[in-house]
Order: sequence, then structure tokens, then C-alpha cells
Amino acid sequence: MTGAGAALVIVGYALRESLRRRVFLVVLVLTVGFLALYGLGTYFAFRDVESFVPPDKNILDPKAFTGATVFGLAMFAVLFLGSVVAIFLTLGVVRGDAEAGLLQPIVVRPIGRRTIVLARLAGAAVVSAAYALVVYGLALAITAAVGGWTPDHVVGPALGLALAVVTVAAISLFASVFMSATAQGIAVFMVFGTGLTAGLLSQIGRALDSGSLHTIGRVATWLLPFDGLYQAGLHALISSTGGLTGVALQLGPFGGAEGAGPLLVLWAIAYTALVAGGAALAFSRRDL
Amino acid sequence: MTPSPDSVALVARGVGKTYGRTTALGGVSLEVGHGELVGLLGPNGAGKSTLTKIACGLVRPTSGTVEVGGRPAGTRTARGMIGYLAELFRFPRWMTADEVLVLHQRLAGSGGAASERAELLALVGLFAAASTRVEAMSKGMQQRLGIAQALVGGPRLLLLDEPTSALDPAGRGIVRELMGELRTRGTSVLLNSHLLSEVERVCDRVAILNEGRVVTEGRPADLSRPRGVEIEVDGGTRLYEGATREDVPRIVAELVASGERVYGARVLASTLEETYLEAVGGATG
Repeated sequence: MTGAGAALVIVGYALRESLRRRVFLVVLVLTVGFLALYGLGTYFAFRDVESFVPPDKNILDPKAFTGATVFGLAMFAVLFLGSVVAIFLTLGVVRGDAEAGLLQPIVVRPIGRRTIVLARLAGAAVVSAAYALVVYGLALAITAAVGGWTPDHVVGPALGLALAVVTVAAISLFASVFMSATAQGIAVFMVFGTGLTAGLLSQIGRALDSGSLHTIGRVATWLLPFDGLYQAGLHALISSTGGLTGVALQLGPFGGAEGAGPLLVLWAIAYTALVAGGAALAFSRRDL
Repeated sequence: MTPSPDSVALVARGVGKTYGRTTALGGVSLEVGHGELVGLLGPNGAGKSTLTKIACGLVRPTSGTVEVGGRPAGTRTARGMIGYLAELFRFPRWMTADEVLVLHQRLAGSGGAASERAELLALVGLFAAASTRVEAMSKGMQQRLGIAQALVGGPRLLLLDEPTSALDPAGRGIVRELMGELRTRGTSVLLNSHLLSEVERVCDRVAILNEGRVVTEGRPADLSRPRGVEIEVDGGTRLYEGATREDVPRIVAELVASGERVYGARVLASTLEETYLEAVGGATG
């Protein structure tokens, strides 16, 4: 069997397993709940700002301000829920499955161990990225339908979020080579939290004009690029929004942030490849 | 029987494996000829599973070499020639027996399709359970499914690690019949087991491992040494130590000539179990 053929078999197996995991159903229920609440919240937010009449709409546009803020919140939820999906789909797939005896019958087949690891990542990446794109699209549709607002850029932030959750999946897979399922879950969620904190640090540093804080935050963001991708997505939402609205959104909790340019995307792809390659290499040397 | 080099399915030369300061294997050499059934016996921790895992590429040896069909163990070509049943294994609970075999057919590159799956399930007595999910199977059924999985693609060498540990007597009977079937097909088998009687009944050769080394090796009949002849006469039972089956007519004739009435004669031989206990020094792990 060719490497590609074996990889497709493992991807198919991983996808079927992913969809049968109970956590996937839980995430779907939570997602429906989130979207319903998001729709409700968006409705009230837009309704309440209607009564606010700015002195000059070119200076402060309440609709753009509200839309960017609530949709920024939705993007955070997509990143968080997408990462939850990515982590749970890769939970215990190497060491956990080996300890359970699920992996050995597969590993002794004439397919490479690296193929197995990379195919498992591909399966998790496809599901979690598709999930992120779908929820992003639904949130966008809700925002447009309820508030009549759409972001300045639609595709870039969506792809950035999808790549962010794939990055998280790769980190989680790497951890699964060395850790049992519980330890892996805890460790990766801590890494995820660290990345988010780094992003916040960077924003705080920028707002306070603290060069050191900003640099620390930026370095940490590049070490864990999923938050950088999210921040860049937020930035793209309002990159063409000017006036006081743009300035206010730059300071808001879910609007603004800072762009990172195409280099971040290239780095995130390379980062994912490096982490996945490291996982494959470590697994190929591991006794089972 | 020592297999000739050109008919060797598995050859291990001076294989050693250490985990930190613990030595799992201390230089094991073993051969399994084509179509030969070799039993690997030993107490817990003797290194049987480690040797099997090295043969199928799950564990890398610290020293020595293992070849499967002339190819280094663990390489893709070598893995293409083996079927393996781990001592501790699981299949995804949501898969049916048939789906498990489909997955392994694809991974093994087997073109056997549905007919191969049906044949294998029938061979292990699971034909009627083809659409039963793993989660609904007993441990014994799962173990038989594991054996069927190991046979996917018609491997030249079958590595079975405690294949009967969860089976009831009927299930063990199925495995014994399966071993006979594999013998007729010319499949080589390395069988790890604690069940000495099983190994004695089905294997051509037996190797006993203790503390990571082969301490005894040979045909089961050769490992069972004569212990004498027991003759039942009027006054009770008399033991003639060192006597063999060939001595029985002479001993009986002498007893009858001396006026004794002989009621029965029994040739005594040490069992494989006694040989095993002697070889491992009573170790139980």
C-alpha cells in the first residue's frame, strides 16, 4: 500500500472516530447554545445603540462599533470552541491509545509510524478547521442579518481562525506522544491560556506604550502563533474602519488588536509542520 | 529440528533489550522455520512479550538483530509479512467485527475483500457476529477477533502473544484447530503462552525463557525425559527407574516367570511442566 493510500485509510478512521466521540456531540450542543445566545445578544446590542445618535456618523458609527465588538466576541468563541474540538480530537491519540492497546494492531501494519501521526493530525485538523469555518460563517450571518453589519474583511479572518485551531491541534498531537490523555489535556489547555495571555500582554503593552511588555507579548505570540492569527483576524475586521470608530475599536476588548502580515501565516504553517514533524519523529523512536 | 538458513521465517541473534537498569532480554537467539510452530514459554517478566514486540517492530532492541523473512524486523517489508496479536489490545468499541477486518485489510493492503473476512470470521467461530460491535462482544470474542485480525492478508509469520488468555475451553479448542490449519497452510507461528498443555499439544518446538535468556529449547517430546516404568503387581506398584518403554516386555516376562501376577504397566515421563519448572527454577514472576 502506498503512503498516501495508508494515510487516507487512517484519516478516514480518525474522522469516523472523531465524529463518534461524545465530546463532539457536547461541543455541537454548546455551539448551538452559543449561537442562540449570540443571536439574542447581538439583537439587543444593535437595538440599544439605535437610540444613540452620534454628532457625526463619519466620526463614530454605532453600528460598526457594535458589530465589530460583538463579532470580535464571536471570533473569540470560535477560537476557543475550535481549540476545544482540536484538543479533544487529538486527546490520547498516541500514548493514550498505546496504553489502551488500540495503537499496536495498527502500528504493526506495513505503514509508517510517521504516516499514522500525520494522518491523525490531518483528521483532527479537517474536523476542527471545518468546525471553526462553519461557526464563523454562522456568526457572521447572524451579525449581518440582525444588525446589518459585515466586517471589512471576511475571508482572511476565517482562514486565520481555521489555521489557529489547526496549530492547536498540532501542539496537542505533539503532547499526546509524551503524555497520558489527562496530562495532555491539562497541558495543552494551559499552553492555550498562555498564548491568549501573551496576546493580551501585547495589547496592554501597546496601549500603555510599554515597549518591553509589547515585545514580550509579541515574542510569546510568535512562539504560540494561534493567538497571533486570532489577533490578526480581529485587526482585519476593522482595518478599513476610520475615524473615532476605528480608534475606539482599537481600544476595545474584542476589536482592533494588530495585524501581523502574511509572514505570520507563513510562520504558522511552518510552525504547524515543525510541531507535527517533531511529533512524528518522536513517535517513530518510541517503544510501544 | 534446527531450521536451515534459507527456510527461516524469524531469526533472532543475540537480542538484548534494557529499560534503564532493567534487563528485559539478555542476548536471546531463536529461529522459527517456515511452517514451524514454536512455543515461547517463561514466567512473567521473562522477556517473551518483549521479544515478540521486537520481532514486529513495536520495540527497538538495545543489541542484536532480528530478521523476518530475511528483512530487518520493524521495516515496512518485514511488517508486511507478519500478523500480530498483542497480549493487551483493544479495537475501537464502535466498530463491528467486519469493520475491524476491513480496516486491517486496507492497512495490510490485502485484496481478500469480503470472502477473506468471512473465511477468517468463520475460522475463529465469529461468522455470526460479523455485524456485532466490539462493545457488545465478550473478552473471549474480542480475543478471537484479534486472532482473525492477525490473519488478515495471509501473513507468513504469525506472532501470538497469549492468544488464549481470555478464552474458555471451547475457545481454546478453536485456537488449537486454527493452529492445525495454519500448519497445513505453511504459516510460521511464534506462540507466547502460559498454558503449557496448549503449547505441548500444538507446537513443533518449545523455547523456555527465564530472566531474558533462552534456558531450554527443543521439541516437546525431547523435553519430556523418561522417568521409568511402573508395574502393578499383587503386592502393589513397583517402580523401575531408568527403564523405558522398550524394557516393559522384558520386565513383565521376568515378573511372570518369578510367579508374580501383573495387572498393569505404565511408562513414566517428566511432563513439560516439570521440565519448565526445573528450567525456570520455580520462578513465577
